Amino acid sequence: MSHQSTYNPSTGVEKWIDERMPIVRLGYDSFVDFPTPKNLNYWYTFGGILAVVLMVQIVTGVILAMHYTAHVDYAFQSVEHIMRDVNYGWLMRYAHANGASMFFIAVYLHIARGLYYGSYKAPREILWMIGVVIFLLMMGTAFMGYVLPWGQMSFWGATVITSLASAVPIIGDPIKTLLWGGFSVDNPTLNRFFALHYLMPFLIAGAVILHIWALHVPGNNNPSGIEVKDVKKDALPFHPYYTVKDGFAIIVFLLLFAAFVFFMPNSLGHPDNYIPADPLATPAHIVPEWYFLPFYAMLRAIDFPVLFIDAKLGGVIVMLGSILIWLVLPWLDRSQVRSMRYRPIAKWFFWVMVAAFCFLGWLGAAPAEGWYVLASKICTLYYFAYFLVVLPVLSVRETPLPLPTSISEAVLQDKGKKKAESEPATQPAGGPIPAPAE
Amino acid sequence: MIKTLASTATALAVALTGAQAFAAGVTKELKHPEWAWEGPLGSYDQKQLQRGFQVYREVCANCHSLQLIAFRHLGEKGGPFYLESCPAELGLPEGTNCSDPVANPIIKSLAAEYTVTDGPDEYGDMFERPATPADYIPGPYANKEMATFANGGAYPPDQSLLVKARPNGANYMYSLLTGYPSEPLNTINEPDGGYYNPYYPGDTVGLMKEEYIHDGHIDKKKVKEAEDAKYVSKEGYIYGGAFKMAQPLYDEMVIYEDGTPMTMDQYAKDVTAFLMWAAEPKLDERKGMGKFVMAYLFIFAGVTYASYRQIWANAKY
Repeated sequence: MSHQSTYNPSTGVEKWIDERMPIVRLGYDSFVDFPTPKNLNYWYTFGGILAVVLMVQIVTGVILAMHYTAHVDYAFQSVEHIMRDVNYGWLMRYAHANGASMFFIAVYLHIARGLYYGSYKAPREILWMIGVVIFLLMMGTAFMGYVLPWGQMSFWGATVITSLASAVPIIGDPIKTLLWGGFSVDNPTLNRFFALHYLMPFLIAGAVILHIWALHVPGNNNPSGIEVKDVKKDALPFHPYYTVKDGFAIIVFLLLFAAFVFFMPNSLGHPDNYIPADPLATPAHIVPEWYFLPFYAMLRAIDFPVLFIDAKLGGVIVMLGSILIWLVLPWLDRSQVRSMRYRPIAKWFFWVMVAAFCFLGWLGAAPAEGWYVLASKICTLYYFAYFLVVLPVLSVRETPLPLPTSISEAVLQDKGKKKAESEPATQPAGGPIPAPAE
Repeated sequence: MIKTLASTATALAVALTGAQAFAAGVTKELKHPEWAWEGPLGSYDQKQLQRGFQVYREVCANCHSLQLIAFRHLGEKGGPFYLESCPAELGLPEGTNCSDPVANPIIKSLAAEYTVTDGPDEYGDMFERPATPADYIPGPYANKEMATFANGGAYPPDQSLLVKARPNGANYMYSLLTGYPSEPLNTINEPDGGYYNPYYPGDTVGLMKEEYIHDGHIDKKKVKEAEDAKYVSKEGYIYGGAFKMAQPLYDEMVIYEDGTPMTMDQYAKDVTAFLMWAAEPKLDERKGMGKFVMAYLFIFAGVTYASYRQIWANAKY
């Protein structure tokens, strides 16, 4: 939370800098002596993890760009040149390609954490909305990045997704032509996608700075959902308490990342993308990357017209709406209680929503036929109902459990519960994972 | 959190394997021989890569190109002809570094056996010269159209990335190469210039002989009775499909000098291994580095966790 600066420049150089541009003070107040609730659990480490993955993506991406050729005749070969002839090129490319997947694993968990603990509620609405913007930028960046190797899935994925623009009435076709830079997915498309793919990570980085700024004004939410009341009792300085905790989580996450990069680098990709793009040969199944599958399933779930909206436009509206709805979530969920821990009914609806979303991911990879479509429709309906009906209704109808009076009390309550469970064994300080840090 | 991540990874794996179950047509379940490079500690068997290159060169290369492979690649670390040091019996001048693929004597003489077109020279003419280690392996045809024309209208795909460009590529390649029936099937007609294979992801419904079709439906019971069970799925469909490649490998067609059995099965394994290398030449380097990275991160995680416990022990309430 915004707090009185405690930075005390101790050397002459620091004093000199501090009087001119207090950047050291900014860093100190933001990442060293920043009061952080003492009960953040491991679900709160994904922000740090995402920052690391973003850096990995930018560094590997810049290096890849030094060797990549954005031209339909050379793109595929230049990627193979990176894989075969550039020193550690294979490492850069596999880290970058799998890094995208890691980015989405982390961001989905990060968003789910925010939804569960009510991190979108006042006074964190702007923080949350910037997060939604970052997610949209990420999706655009990932999509355009997947087009760059110019394999079969690159080309046909680009064709399918950019064609969605034509669903928009009147201006749809001009938008599509503008995206393509011509009348089909071709060299101009690849060039503009490369330019934008290079640009957007820096927009993300900028939005991340705003995201952290908006975080550091109200301060972190926490698993109890109660605001910090007494900084001395409820909070700890970010460093060393959370640098070490986030650090540990980041390293564990890097273990997962490295397992993919070094031992199964192609397991999250599609074999067809090792076939050079061929505009004359359509693959049997055009499947987006795994992280888009839930939204792809929602797109395909709408196979019927509603009034003057045809199925295609309806699908696009639903797909975009499924994310844009997050922007108004702070005003849909009016419950005074943030954390689902104290919301006995909403909690179950939340987990069903998570299950429906994951199931949609599975359905997105299935062919659009038979019961898959029906299941997609049901899950999509539930997904929207969760935000538009369940949360608004529960805001007034649900009786929350009694809240602890402070974070400190919440921690002590948890500790008591743990102790009662694990008697007579004594708990060492720190507690087992994933118990809230004590 | 480890648990969470592990379950996320499992869920992903399930989603992916699930996705593959939806592939069109019914193909026979792939064979899965043991591959030297499998598993976190696996690496290529260099002798096998050499044999595989021989099979590629003598059989596959008659129709398939290998555009992404230069001769020098064959002599790089992890490749079929990599040399750590110069063989003494060659009597090469001192200071020759045979681990450098361009100086590797095997690569140099291998390249010299091929002819490539170069130019234009100072008179503006193209000319032919023996290949050098820096040249890419010349393909059998001048262009895609010629290759397509020469192969009954089907382009023999470039083999550089083939193993990575097919689901479960190595097993698929091996199964396909060894899967041709020794005698024609009873229930289907092979199309003109097409060859049946139970592992090929095609369609056999259109190939069924008339006597097995009743009122526009396949008489599955009759099919099951008439056909060798290994070509019939549980539901009574004939596995696989027909495509333009005839069975390429037969026993004893390539002479191995090292006493390895000269069977079709062995050829298929060896050439699959070679093509796996061609698609993923840095696998040995990758897994070798991966072991250290994992060990390093594991120890780092342990140290960090210990620090975490130490630091948080001071947190007061």
